[in-house]
Order: sequence, then C-alpha cells, then structure tokens
Amino acid sequence: MDILRFATAGSVDDGKSTLIGRLLYDSKSIFTDQLDAVERTSAQRGDDYTDLALLTDGLRAEREQGITIDVAYRYFSTPRRKFIIADTPGHIQYTRNMVTGASTADLAIILIDARKGLLEQSRRHATIVSLLRVPHVVLAINKMDLVDWSQDVYEEISATFVEFAAKLDFADVTTLPISALTGDNVVTRSAHMDWYQGPALMHHLEHVYIASDRNLVDVRFPVQYVIRPQNGRGDFRGFAGQLVSGMMRPGDDVIVLPSGLPSRIKTIQTSAGEVDEAFPPMSITVRLEDEVDVSRGDMISRPANQPEPTQDIDAMVCWMDAAPMRVGGKYAIKHTTRTARALVKDIAYELDINTLHRELSPGSLGLNSIGRVTLRTTQPLLVDPYRRNRQTGSFILIDEATNRTVGAGVITEN
Amino acid sequence: MMDATASDGHRFSQLDHLESEAMFIIREIVAENESPGLLFSGGKDSIVMLHLAAKAFAPASLPFPVVHIDTGHNFDEVLLFRDRVVEALGVRLIVGSVPEAIEEGFVREEPSGSRNRIQTPVLLRTAEQHGLTALMGGARRDEEKARAKERVFSFRDEFGQWDPKNQRPELWSLYNGRIHAGESIRCFPLSNWTELDIWEYIAREGIEVPSIYYAHEREVFQRNGMYFAVNRHCLPRDGEHTFTETVRYRTVGDATLTAAVLSQARTAADVAAEVAASRITERGATRGDDKVSEAAMEDRKKEGYF
Repeated sequence: MDILRFATAGSVDDGKSTLIGRLLYDSKSIFTDQLDAVERTSAQRGDDYTDLALLTDGLRAEREQGITIDVAYRYFSTPRRKFIIADTPGHIQYTRNMVTGASTADLAIILIDARKGLLEQSRRHATIVSLLRVPHVVLAINKMDLVDWSQDVYEEISATFVEFAAKLDFADVTTLPISALTGDNVVTRSAHMDWYQGPALMHHLEHVYIASDRNLVDVRFPVQYVIRPQNGRGDFRGFAGQLVSGMMRPGDDVIVLPSGLPSRIKTIQTSAGEVDEAFPPMSITVRLEDEVDVSRGDMISRPANQPEPTQDIDAMVCWMDAAPMRVGGKYAIKHTTRTARALVKDIAYELDINTLHRELSPGSLGLNSIGRVTLRTTQPLLVDPYRRNRQTGSFILIDEATNRTVGAGVITEN
Repeated sequence: MMDATASDGHRFSQLDHLESEAMFIIREIVAENESPGLLFSGGKDSIVMLHLAAKAFAPASLPFPVVHIDTGHNFDEVLLFRDRVVEALGVRLIVGSVPEAIEEGFVREEPSGSRNRIQTPVLLRTAEQHGLTALMGGARRDEEKARAKERVFSFRDEFGQWDPKNQRPELWSLYNGRIHAGESIRCFPLSNWTELDIWEYIAREGIEVPSIYYAHEREVFQRNGMYFAVNRHCLPRDGEHTFTETVRYRTVGDATLTAAVLSQARTAADVAAEVAASRITERGATRGDDKVSEAAMEDRKKEGYF
C-alpha cells in the first residue's frame, strides 16, 4: 500500500464538503462518534440536514462562522492506498492556504459546479495548481444531477477548461462528471451517464500512477544533521537527511556543495540498517570515504549532475503576510536545509491569478498576491528549477523580526 | 523491514513514507532548536516516537532528554514500562510531577478529580525549569479535529499558548522553527499517522508496548456505556457493580478517566485488524475528557496543553 496526497480546491457552494464527506463516508472512514457529534451540532443549530462540513471545520471560529479558514488534513484508506486530503478553502482571501495545501499534493481535485461552468475561482484554482506543479489534476464537474446528467453541458465545460489550461502547465488532467450529493461517479460508477466511459473518482484516486513522479535522475541530498556519536564510536561521522531525488549507492563518486570537495560514498544506512541503494524519499545516513568538511545546509550531489549554486534567484512568490513584500525588503530564506538572508531586488510583475494578466512593476506584493521576484542571497543556494525538482526548487521567506513565514517561492528558469 | 528492493521498482509503502517523514521532522527540530525534549507518556504513540528518534540518530544516542508529565494517575504497567525503556536507551528522563505540584500549591486539584487540565501548568513549568524550547509529541491529526488543523511545527507564545488563527503557513517540508526568547515550538512528527498506521508499524517493527494494550482479563465496571478498570484511582460508585471481562486499552492516559474496550486482540497484528474494523475513534471510545464540549481540545491547547 502506498500514499496519495491530494488537495481539494473549491468552496462549500461547489459541493466540496459534500464530496469529501462522501469519500470518507463511502470508504467507511467516518466514525460513528464523529457522525453523532456532527448530527448533534447540526440539530442544535436547527439545520434540517447533517452538515458534513462540520467534520472538517475543526476550529470554533470556523464552526461559528460556517466557513473554512485553514487547511484541514483528513485521512482515509482503502485496501489499495492510504489517502491524505489537504482540504483547502477556495475563496481568494485564502489563496495562501490553497498554495500550502497544493505544495505537498500528488494530485489536485478542482471542483466545478456544472450549472455555473468555469468561473473565475475555478481559473484561479487551476492557476495555483499549475504554479505549484501538482503532478496530477482532476477536473470534477459536480452537480451533474442538476443539469439532467447532460453530456453537452459536461463537454462544453471540459472544452472551456482545455482552452484555458493551454495557457498553463499541466502534465496530466482527468475530467470526470460527478454528483457528490447522489454519489454518482464518486465511489461507484453512475447509472445516469452511460455516455461517460471513464472510471469513478475513487477508482482514479486508487489507480493513478504516482511512482514515476519521483525524480530518480538528479542526485540531491541536502545534509540535515551530522551524526557524531559520543559513545565510543568516535570514528563514525554520518550525514543524515532525506534523499530528495536521484539514487545513491555505496561506491558512487559524489561532490559536496557548495565547497566542491569530491569524495565517494562509503555506506548508506536507513531505518532498516545498511542498504546497497537509496532512493527518494528515504531518510538516510551517508558516510563518505574521505574526511571532508560537511555540515547542515550542504548538499551531496554527483560531479556530472549538480544543482546550480547561485545568489541570484528568480522566482514566483506567493505572499502570505499582512505586511506587504517590498522591493528592498530583507528576509530570512529557507531553502532545503540551508538558511540564508535574501534581499528583494525587483518585483517584475504581479500576476492576476484570475485572468493571468501581468501588472508590471507593482513595487510591492500584498497578502495572497503572487508575483515574479528577483532575490539576492547572502550565501549561494543550491537550486534547481521547480519544474525539475519540487524540493530544490522551492523556498520560504521568514520575517526576521516576527519570525513569521511570510512568503513561499518556486524557482523559475533564468 | 523495508519492502524496497531494486527489482520491484523502488516500492515504498505508506509505513516507509510515514517513517521517513517522521525521522526527517525529528532531525529538523533537533537541528533547528537549541534545547528540544521528547514528551513520553508510556503510551503507544510516544513509544513509536522514541523508536523513530533512536533510528534518526543511530548509532549516536538521543541528543535530547525525555520528559514525562506524571499525573499521579498512571497505570502501574505503564510506569514500569517507562522506566525500563528509558534505561535501555540510556536517555535522560525529566519528570514533572502533578502530585508534587498540588502539594506545594502550584496547582489545585479540580473537583472532578481529573488532572487533565492542571497538568498543563506543570508541563509549562517543567519545560521552563529545564530550559526546553521545543517539545516533541506523538499527537496525530486523526485523533481530534482541532489537531487536524495544527501545524507539524506548532508555534507557542511565551505563555505556551496555541493561537489557531495565527499559525505559520507550512509548505513542502520547509518547517519554520524560529522563536524569540521565552517562546517555544511543539513538534508533531506523527501528524500524518492514523491509529491504524501506529499499530501496523508496531507490528512490523516488533516494538514492545505496555501489556495493557493487549487483551487481558480485568475487573471492570460500566459507566456512561464505557468499561472502567477497578484500581486505586478509579473505584465503582454505588450501584455500579464489578465483573471480569477480557479487555484492552486503546489509549493509556489518566487512569481515572481512560476506559477499556472489549477485545480478544493479543498481538499488535490482532489489534491492527481490530482497529481497521472499528467504527468509533479511540478518543470517542475511551476518553471521558474530550466529550465535555465540541471545542474541549481546542480550548485546552490554547492554554498550553499538548
């Protein structure tokens, strides 16, 4: 059994809570005491239906206001897979939460109300999913029961989306007609839409092939922690971390960055002991043949395939703080296991994520804005373009006075 | 054992994923924080945490102490187990004692007798006395819906309080553990694990847990539809008659309010099978304390509870 992490984008009106409720309910992942609690609360509020949104809206303020403020994580399993849902709010003022949910997702479900078609917010969700390079996208055209299960409506929305998606960057898009309310094509195939030949959503989630999404080519091993036992094993010096991409084997020639010192892998230790081969996303401890200087924030790579050490970063940044990002602003930057400082040299444009229109030289980026920025860092970072490597192509910005995480960036090609 | 070899296309099971992620998170908090500690209750989640931490730093010993907030309401089996594990690993144990804190007047016993709430000030004081600026715990997001919203690196202000509306965004695996003096981080490496994952992992790794997690015969009585063990912390009231049942515990918290469930599961694999078939959450089945209100957990966390 493996894990699929997926994010859902959409608002309550699109039927997102109903869809998640149905996935959980039909996979028998809602427990009776949870359902009892939800039914009790619904009854107290005088609702005449059981509001499944109460299952995911965990905070008092969310329940009081009937809105989803923050990302909620939900878990369910089928015999084939374990699923982690990042349930993200869909409104524009929660763009940062959607970005957060999408950052770790293998798959994103974009929900569309069949009666309304491709709205501005659906375009926004698609843009974010594309920017964060979620490898698999499901366009779920919901509420098909309310459009008489019409193939024409479905085809028209699909075509509009394909046209819009051409401006974006998707590797894999699957379109499904569903009704979360009636359950059609959610867990079981619909009896109302014999014109649709594809699988139900759950079948797709269980079978979508994600193993090949891993990058097994570029060896990137950010050193997280140096293990030096004090307990009589003074000769042991191991470099611990999570292998983010590529394969490593004992005997491989490697290079330590940014110093550029060469060495060779002596042993690789995993949670289960020494292994002949490591692959992502294993947490491993690597020992080298030579006594080279290696510390947290360094990266072990291969001589013939290295990330680019650079102090000049071009990136798309999503701003997450009430105090705007300004040209000339200085922040801490965390990239893999390395932390440096960054100066905002330029904000080339702000992207209108509804229309993809670019507003040139905005001077600053406000909360929930996305823009193209140039940074200068105090130390070289070992980067790859985000489209090639999600781990070595991403970073966060931290306000050094408040310690808040204020921005998230994906590195673009120069 | 890792079920990964070159020939089968580098398969990585859900347990491999969760294990690797947890080891990464544990190493990250230790690398970024000057003085972390690991909260250890003797419960299954904290036992798994300790197992993962030992792996994360092998062959070195754990670079942080283990902290137990002793409510005085322990199951005897759990305390004995704690001492044995701590000794075997050779780690430093810090105990924050709620009974001692009551005796010196630092906290006051609540009328209900539950020490769930008053252990929070003891936890905060213990961390402060020992200069601990990060505490790792085995809490999982599937346990409770306030927890489902909490970050892996959860920032706490100088009063140890959680502010759910003001959490740091957490993207990719880039955790922000920065703090000012007096502030701290609570770190939850098992955030993405479910109760079932925990038991499957215990079975896979052959991890020892206190015997009361497995089916055994015990003298019990029924209260609010739940089975409570007769012990010095928890006695039947008038009208509650006792009888012998084959039970096990799904959680081993405060002995005054943790209930047992009927079970025949005698191994970790049996328990995993039972959990997979269960239609009720572990807290719903066994905890008196979370039923008080819809937001009981959120409120306790805002005060500094784990």
